[in-house]
Amino acid sequence: MLVMNDIKKVFRTDLVETHALRDFNLQVDEGDFVAVTGPSGSGKTTFLNIAGLLETFEGGQYLLDGQDVSQLNDKARSQLRNEKIGFIFQSFNLIPDLDLFDNVDVPLRYRGFNAAERKRRIESALEMVGLANRMKHLPAQLSGGQQQRVAIARALAGEPRFLLADEPTGNLDTKMAHSVMELLKEINQAGTTIVMVTHDPSLARDAKRNIYVRDGKVSELHSVGQELPDAANA
Amino acid sequence: MFSYYLRLAFKSLRRNPILSALMVAAIALGIGSSMTTITVNYLMSADPIPEKSDQLYYVQVDSWDPNNPYDDESNDPPNQLTWTDATNLMRAKQAPAQTAMAKSGGIIEPVNQDDKPFEASIRLAFNDFFSMFNVPFLYGNAWSDVADDERQQVIVLTRAINDKVFGGENSVGRSMVMAGKTFRVVGVMDNWQPTPKFYDVNNGAFDEVEEVYMPFYLKEELELPNWGNTNCWKSPEGEGFKAFLQSECINFQMWVELPTQADKADYLAFLDNYAQEQKALGRFPRPLNNRLSNVMEWMENQQVVADDARMMMWLSFMFLAVCLLNTIGLLLAKFTGKSAEIGLRRAVGASKGDLFAQHLVETGLIGVLGGLFGLGLALLGLEGIKSLYGNFVDNLASLDITLVIVGLLLALVSSIAAGLYPTWRACNIAPSSQLKSQ
Ligand SMILES: Nc1ncnc2c1ncn2[C@@H]1O[C@H](COP(=O)(O)OP(=O)(O)O)[C@@H](O)[C@H]1O
Ligand SMILES: [Mg+2]
Repeated sequence: MLVMNDIKKVFRTDLVETHALRDFNLQVDEGDFVAVTGPSGSGKTTFLNIAGLLETFEGGQYLLDGQDVSQLNDKARSQLRNEKIGFIFQSFNLIPDLDLFDNVDVPLRYRGFNAAERKRRIESALEMVGLANRMKHLPAQLSGGQQQRVAIARALAGEPRFLLADEPTGNLDTKMAHSVMELLKEINQAGTTIVMVTHDPSLARDAKRNIYVRDGKVSELHSVGQELPDAANA
Repeated sequence: MFSYYLRLAFKSLRRNPILSALMVAAIALGIGSSMTTITVNYLMSADPIPEKSDQLYYVQVDSWDPNNPYDDESNDPPNQLTWTDATNLMRAKQAPAQTAMAKSGGIIEPVNQDDKPFEASIRLAFNDFFSMFNVPFLYGNAWSDVADDERQQVIVLTRAINDKVFGGENSVGRSMVMAGKTFRVVGVMDNWQPTPKFYDVNNGAFDEVEEVYMPFYLKEELELPNWGNTNCWKSPEGEGFKAFLQSECINFQMWVELPTQADKADYLAFLDNYAQEQKALGRFPRPLNNRLSNVMEWMENQQVVADDARMMMWLSFMFLAVCLLNTIGLLLAKFTGKSAEIGLRRAVGASKGDLFAQHLVETGLIGVLGGLFGLGLALLGLEGIKSLYGNFVDNLASLDITLVIVGLLLALVSSIAAGLYPTWRACNIAPSSQLKSQ
């Protein structure tokens, strides 16, 4: 499904070279729900960006659905992102002057669906996150938890196989965080593979599988039930 | 996708109205000034009599100084004729239609005793003047051949002078006193203003036409004063009006109508022949240098499109470039402000090409808005030019469509050109950099 072998990623600035990922190895199977924890700066976001084709890498191999993505051009990568991958970000990243309907519409526009199909998908996605009655509202009129739900609806409207979430609950209070987590679990039950970066061990515990990243490597892999290393509170 | 992009473009303009207004204003100013000067140059270089401009020829013969050409640089013959040559060529009647002419002026004594006398300009010409130049008549007609030959005191008035002196009535047959003499009105012209005033550009190519027209020989008969440029390469022999007319001083113009190239060749041969005759009489000391120029050739030769108008046009293009540089800066700022949205769109599947199209539509919209306002400014600018150059821009109405299309295209093309770099930058924003959690 998603296979990374010895992925390397170096950020170079004039002064420093940062090895964000070094020999990063991971395999995620269809239908999995992986929670990624690790200290700040360990490379979790970099991993997610590479997995989501938002970033290129220097060494190693990345197979998405068995396809080697390193040789694809911008158009092909964009199309893969559009069709197979949904993103959820910590800061929601809704477009402030588009209403909820138009925000959820954004990925669908690049998909080439006709107006009726887009409308159907937008309505059912907003329905699923419980915001169908707020379609004409602007993001600023919603609470943080609701905004993240809109972002989830946007990620789901295209019916992607993968959902990549980078600290989706980082800006939410505990109660909202748990309700978003419940929503993600439902989505996973319905068949979508999820990779979620989080700082919150209690949320990580709810996932099917946990991985721990340190210094740009997957340092420990363990299934739910085992005890988490305490570095998750970084 | 275009309608989607257009909707996004309108939203984006509304997002920072001040920035948007500045960009539209910058383009509007640049387009406004460019369109104003383009229009002026366009009008200046317009063909004033397109239906026959290639059949009307200005006549030049070289009667000048043996030691110095009339024009050191171009070696052109003198740009006007002596009285001797003008009258000789007219008497020869070698062209199907022909008119020598001169500018003069005098005081008109109004019919109504309560009105004050006033000065008016005179064009001395032959009756062919009116048919050659397609002058429209409101009342009456041109004077006859006989009137020319017999030096009758007849006049044709412009509509404006007829309004002023006769209150706009049909004045044909009535008398009018000018320069102390009594004239009979034979015709009243309808509104007529060739632009440029091609038949005599000596006193300003965009001057208004003369107010009163009378037979050419009245110049001699009534000793009418010289208006316009007079040049002499040697001083008249003796004093007084007769001496001036017999001198080598040039103050007269001549046009001939030559329908075919054969007619033109014949006429040129006639001029060369005439010059040889004059040489035999001890005149025309210079080598043969006679010339026929059709209307557009003559406008080119006389540099009717003034250098300063051309200069103004180039300056306004530079101004447009400065405005566009400003727009580039503003667009960079604007698109930088949108980098979060751009990153998000990239993340959810927009390719660089999609974003390029979206932002090109946005700059295009700014360009069209700037172009529309710019055309408004250009109309204001032309009002200003009107007060500088006189009423020659009055016939602007007939240019509207061309002007509007040129203006909008210029605005669209230049704004898109200005938008290319900012758009390229926007599309190359690394999506990941915009999406990281703070
Ligand atoms: N665009 C970048 N330029 C330079 N260094 C970067 C960039 N993005 C991330 N890094 C560095 O790479 C390392 C990993 O970053 P990141 O993946 O964001 O960590 P995490 O998400 O685990 O906190 C950090 O040291 C960070 O400073
Ligand atoms: Mg991170």
